[in-house]
Amino acid sequence: MHQVYGAGEGAVFALRGVDLAVGVGEYVAIMGPSGSGKSTLMNVLGCLDVPSAGRYLLDGTDVGTLGENELARVRNRALGFVFQSFNLVPRMTAQQNVELPLVYAGVSRRERRERALDALAGVGLADRADHRPQALSGGQQQRVAIARALVTSPTLILADEPTGNLDSVSTGEILDIFDSLAADGRTIVIITHEEHVAERSHRVLTIADGRIIHDRPLSDRRLAAGARS
Amino acid sequence: MLLSGLQGVLSNKLRSILTLLGVLIGVGAVILLLAVGNGSAQQVAASIDSLGTNTLTVRATGGQGSGTSQQITTETSSQLANAGLGHVSSVVPEATTTQTVSSTNASETDISIIGTTPDYFTVTTATVAEGTAFTTSDVTSGARDAVVGQTLATELFPTGTALGRSISVDGSPFTVTGILSEQSSTGFTDPNSELIAPITRVQESFSGYGAVSSLLVAAKSSGDVTAAEDETTIELNQLLGATTADEPFTVSSASTLLATQAASAKSFTVLLGVVAAISLLVGGIGVTNVMLVTVTERTREIGIRKALGATRPAILGQFLVEAAMLTLIGGILGVVLAVIGAQFTIDGTTPVILGFSIPLALGVSVAIGVFFGVYPAARAAAMRPIQALRSI
Repeated sequence: MHQVYGAGEGAVFALRGVDLAVGVGEYVAIMGPSGSGKSTLMNVLGCLDVPSAGRYLLDGTDVGTLGENELARVRNRALGFVFQSFNLVPRMTAQQNVELPLVYAGVSRRERRERALDALAGVGLADRADHRPQALSGGQQQRVAIARALVTSPTLILADEPTGNLDSVSTGEILDIFDSLAADGRTIVIITHEEHVAERSHRVLTIADGRIIHDRPLSDRRLAAGARS
Repeated sequence: MLLSGLQGVLSNKLRSILTLLGVLIGVGAVILLLAVGNGSAQQVAASIDSLGTNTLTVRATGGQGSGTSQQITTETSSQLANAGLGHVSSVVPEATTTQTVSSTNASETDISIIGTTPDYFTVTTATVAEGTAFTTSDVTSGARDAVVGQTLATELFPTGTALGRSISVDGSPFTVTGILSEQSSTGFTDPNSELIAPITRVQESFSGYGAVSSLLVAAKSSGDVTAAEDETTIELNQLLGATTADEPFTVSSASTLLATQAASAKSFTVLLGVVAAISLLVGGIGVTNVMLVTVTERTREIGIRKALGATRPAILGQFLVEAAMLTLIGGILGVVLAVIGAQFTIDGTTPVILGFSIPLALGVSVAIGVFFGVYPAARAAAMRPIQALRSI
């Protein structure tokens, strides 16, 4: 897969041939310095951006062949996003934010409400449903964002530096949620540049200059670390 | 979608109120200003009817070689009346002056005194409501009888009737024999503050014998006015020994006079319409400005919504509903304001709302609001989600 921004001499090659397969139920962390292309990869995986060249198969569907409305449907049904800056709609309550993807999925009002409250309860925020984002702490806002990502039961959960703006306590809470999601068999791709965040995943990809330079299951590294000591 | 639109409107109250105000003022101003123009035009039309459209006014101007033979006198008036003109039914001379009129109670200055003959009351729309008018013999004898307008009567005699009471016109005594019924104003003088007396008396006491101010010539019907005007001009030129080149008089009909007034009322309406259109435009620019800022600020929100699976039509629909709701509420409030405003008399004019102005003003402002609310949203919705998300 290739991603080029701009053209000619000023062209920026964000991705220079990435070949990656993520299996169902995997919990993958993508690491790399800033400018390495990890966010670009994430945007392509999330159908927020289209690759300049190459194919992206999601659930067996070649995303590149889909039209605008079909892409919106894929984002709505198959993907769940967690952003570094939370990206909640500021004027809406936590519950309304969580309901938003269901609105676009055409779910009835009553069912939206039930599923949104369930999802909020799942991240431990049942009592904050009526709060607006500005009345919530960073960690709480990110938990609302996770509830919003989960509410449609997506095939793939994508998290772009989900703990980048959080303190260590909140970071711990968020990572615990990801752990339990992974334990439930959800497929998760998380981007981070923090070693301790990546350590919680099952597989770590390291990306630099638009290429994957390391790809190893984390259990091996743990074993290796254990063998060395 | 309606609910989410309402939520969008409520979420930024100040901005919504500003947009609303822009539309409200624009719509309200257009409807009300057009209503004022229309009202004044209708008033002119009403006074055309009240004046009677079959009278001509001959005004003495004093020709270039103004000898005595060229003056219009009561003699000229009766000569013209007896000339047997086919389209003229009667000729009434008017000798006018302005004097102070006083009673024992009050004194009124600058009252216009009209000296005339009894035919005046048939040729014009002035009618005697109480008492009687003077007669032809009163004119012959120069009786000190006065018929006064309603306003003048009440000003001179605030309590009790003016009928039969003595008044003094610039020192000479008169008796009130009649009171006129109320007349609508023609815009130049207040006909309710006039005093009408036998022409001989007015000439003897004030203006002197000789020239009269004007002649009222009544055509047989309103269709005869033009022919009567021609006949009168020719006959008067003969009587006065004048030629068409140096006529010592002008002939005008009430309808031509009022046509001029109607034309000026129309240009007044056009002027008001232009002012109204400008206020609608300014209101529209205000709405446009607020809408553009709103959408630019909300590009990130559009990005979030797209990332969550919103299609382009869903986003457009949301902004359309928000913009339409804001401008419609503002527009309807503007209409309500204009309708309330039209109940008041503005500088003597009762506004009459023009039916087409409501849908016009409402339509234009809603169209502006919706276009500038939706167009930038359409641009934002066409971006790739990641572009929209990266904006502030």
